[in-house]
Amino acid sequence: MALEATFWILAVIGVGAALAVVLLGNVFRAALSLIVCFLAVAGIYVTLSAGFLAAVQVLIYVGAIAILIILAIMLTREVQRGSPFGRLRAPALVVAILTLGVISYAVVATPWQVSAVPPLEPTTPAIASRLFGAGGFILPVEIVAVLVLAAILGAIILVREK
Amino acid sequence: MSIGLDHYLILSAVLFCIGLYGALAKRNAIAILMSIEIMLVAASISMVAFSRFVVPLLLTGQIFAIFVMIVAAAEAAVGLAIIISIYRNRETIDITKIDLMKW
Repeated sequence: MALEATFWILAVIGVGAALAVVLLGNVFRAALSLIVCFLAVAGIYVTLSAGFLAAVQVLIYVGAIAILIILAIMLTREVQRGSPFGRLRAPALVVAILTLGVISYAVVATPWQVSAVPPLEPTTPAIASRLFGAGGFILPVEIVAVLVLAAILGAIILVREK
Repeated sequence: MSIGLDHYLILSAVLFCIGLYGALAKRNAIAILMSIEIMLVAASISMVAFSRFVVPLLLTGQIFAIFVMIVAAAEAAVGLAIIISIYRNRETIDITKIDLMKW
């Protein structure tokens, strides 16, 4: 019962904050509602008994990505000009609603094979052994390290003063 | 009724479509980047939900979500660097005015 109430509250907060990100004219306020949306999604991860993922979500999305976006907003002085909609507003709305309809129909019409097994608790040791253990995801982990290094170098080169 | 897989998938679809609408309709490049972050988060929710309800002991969906987060962080860093670089050269980040490569 408590889980259901938590899910509905978090879902309403998350969807409302996402709508605020899209509809608010002020870019800075949109970035702040993006933080609220990320926190609500971290709560959703907790209701899915993915505690480690919720912590990582708060650390990376709220701690790193949102701060990066706010820094970029402050560096580009776009707050005064606002965040207007383009000419594609009406077609974009139609496309988004159509996509939502198709995905919802697919979700409802598909007979999912839900397992009755209770979730793993705690998840952190299991995730560590899946990531770094034998037969796990050790190769993607190393590839992702190269990707992050390339992204850091690319960002530095792009914003370097000539 | 109890909260099942469908609820999480519909929530994920709603968030994804809000992000899609923002990414298509906005003119500010940073607002588009924020909408793309919402879409990535929505995809992660559905993967974690599948991991919780379909294969609760394998955790594959949670590991995918971790990789999505890392890629999103790299994408945000490079994307914002490109936006700042464009702003430095052209004094705007309105995507209708950034038509340098338009034929």
